[in-house]
Amino acid sequence: MRFFEYESRRIVELAGIPVTRYGFCRSAEEARAAAEEIGGPVVIKSQVLSGGRMKAGGVKFADSPGEAEAHAAEILELEIGGQMPRGVLVDPKAEIKQEYYAGVVWDGTRKQPLMLFSDMGGIDIEEVADQHPEHVGRGHLSNLLPISDFEAKQVIAATGVSGSQLNRATPVLARLARLFRERDMTLAEINPLAELTDGSFVALDAHMEMENEAKPRQKGLLEGELEIAPDETREPYEPSEFERHVSAIDAADHRGVIQGKDHGFEGNLGLVIGAGGGSLTLTDAVRSQGGRPANYSEIGGNPSVAKSCGLAKEVLQKDGVSKIAVMMSIVSNTRVDIVARGVIKACLELGRDPGETIAIFRIPGAWEEEGFKILERYGVEYCDRSVSMWEAAGRAVAKIQGEGVASQ
Amino acid sequence: MAILLTKDTTFIVQGITGREAVNLTRECLDYGSRVVGGVTPGRKGRDVHGVPVFDTVGQAVEHHGAPVDGSVVTVPPAFTKDAVLEAIENGVNLIVVVTERIPRRDVAEMVELASIRGARIIGPNCLGLIVPEVCKMGGIGGPAKDAAKAYAPGPVGVMSRSGGMTTEISSSLTQAGLGVSTAISIGGDAIIGSTYAELMPHFEADEQTRAIVIYTEPGGRMEAQLSEWVAENDSRLPIIAFMAGKFMDDAEMQGMSFGHAGTIVEGKEDTAAEKIARLEAAGIRVVERIDEIPGAVKERLEAG
Repeated sequence: MRFFEYESRRIVELAGIPVTRYGFCRSAEEARAAAEEIGGPVVIKSQVLSGGRMKAGGVKFADSPGEAEAHAAEILELEIGGQMPRGVLVDPKAEIKQEYYAGVVWDGTRKQPLMLFSDMGGIDIEEVADQHPEHVGRGHLSNLLPISDFEAKQVIAATGVSGSQLNRATPVLARLARLFRERDMTLAEINPLAELTDGSFVALDAHMEMENEAKPRQKGLLEGELEIAPDETREPYEPSEFERHVSAIDAADHRGVIQGKDHGFEGNLGLVIGAGGGSLTLTDAVRSQGGRPANYSEIGGNPSVAKSCGLAKEVLQKDGVSKIAVMMSIVSNTRVDIVARGVIKACLELGRDPGETIAIFRIPGAWEEEGFKILERYGVEYCDRSVSMWEAAGRAVAKIQGEGVASQ
Repeated sequence: MAILLTKDTTFIVQGITGREAVNLTRECLDYGSRVVGGVTPGRKGRDVHGVPVFDTVGQAVEHHGAPVDGSVVTVPPAFTKDAVLEAIENGVNLIVVVTERIPRRDVAEMVELASIRGARIIGPNCLGLIVPEVCKMGGIGGPAKDAAKAYAPGPVGVMSRSGGMTTEISSSLTQAGLGVSTAISIGGDAIIGSTYAELMPHFEADEQTRAIVIYTEPGGRMEAQLSEWVAENDSRLPIIAFMAGKFMDDAEMQGMSFGHAGTIVEGKEDTAAEKIARLEAAGIRVVERIDEIPGAVKERLEAG
């Protein structure tokens, strides 16, 4: 789950890391008032979840409250990366002596968090690591031991930073590492971490991402401190009607799991497929053989007839979908006959002939004999494990392209 | 010989009274696995298909009267870490974590403790492992008769980030007359107990295993780690890889996760194309189509 900058700053602040006195504003008038309160030059920053704000014109400087209001009005209307901003952040223009970078990420290979620090802040850390590796300090953290300040100090000192800068930056990185662990973040970055002309260190921008799986136990932070609604998905795009309907069907029944996505898919072949790895394999197999999937889906666990039926119906009702392919890798706990009943029911309820509409049914495994009997009755082409996932996908593609059944 | 399991391997099931755990216990017993106890706090004294249920792992071990080799953990995500730590601290050395949606911090904690204590974790978010006709630990392959259909003994070690695809691939190897030495569903999360590279030394040391098949997906560095392992160790085992989710490389799919929690393309190294290039550079054959796997294995076995 991603956070807006104003939320990330609040998270950082709650961890005891100093930030400038910023204001989150939803209107130009509020931005003016915030600029007046701050006094002096300010920065107006668009609050969107996508990156590249600076380039898109989503960050502007203002010398007066009037200018702040005008800039805010403009930025609030500016779409960045397909998203309208949620508001603007009004921040005092800081007197910066130097910019640093502080971050914590997961190292999946070591299976431990990795602290990163650089005395070249304000730019992309990957670029710094690539071109000036000696300016990036790194240090892994144990998952079991308490996080000590000296660990942060070692990482910072490795970049050559010493003196009061070292002593001021150390608690910032250590607190960032503790918040990364305590708040279940997958990414916690302060960039830039600024040393102001008075020698103090403040977080001028922060970027936080929390693991979705941890949302239930971080409810206090999310709903309490940050006032984020429990149903806010924070996907990189708005869910489509198809996606919303499929989640509603899934939520209505606890048996089995179905998921559907159609962002980025525009084809004519509906996919009723499963499970995790099987769906990835089958989507590739359809595309590699010239097919155009209308959607992606996953059937998992042991869904009820109603659930399989609901998914198939949603797929069939998408614009331009004339046929569906019902395919899975060999299943052990999903009952083949139940899925068969569900997809046939979907066709019948929509007044379509199952034999014509279901291009192929390839789900081998538990209760397959019962399933195949039902499919036979409705004239649906089916196959067992002797037909590979690649071949089954190929047959479906051939059918929708009107070329008849592919040769064996 | 196979790896990690023998016909004498004993294990318990933590969370044994849950619906899925009851089925899994039945399947394992039918397959001939030695399930010596179950744990569900507060349910001591019951039994599940004849397997006695205890409140603690310690009680189950005491009842067995000897160290217990393994545990299948299938408890809700909020309690999984505690269950795994309990198993480790009671001397269990092989822990299969079935549960999905466990926060990464919890996984990292249990994996670190396991490494200190010399225990091995398989998963989370996995179906376990199977040595055909010897032992099945977890839901892998389903009911005993279905597992028997998909898994025959043979020379191929299988490791897969997808539980279902472990069986699909093994079944195709069985149908082709090759068969499987040990098949391991390693789990689909961003951090897992045992990666391909971490399991390779076991297969390397196993006389029965003569080739490896891996099922991989976009996201993470696990394939890069395997490529490095292959480059650094003069392995005798040919490796065949299949990469699913190539469609995720499309620009409009960036930042989206499909299939498993671990499949999300965040950087350049995560993409299917980049991973295929790395695997191939290490001499690993990456097949384009899923049905090419048995043929590619036969080719390598005959060449070697």
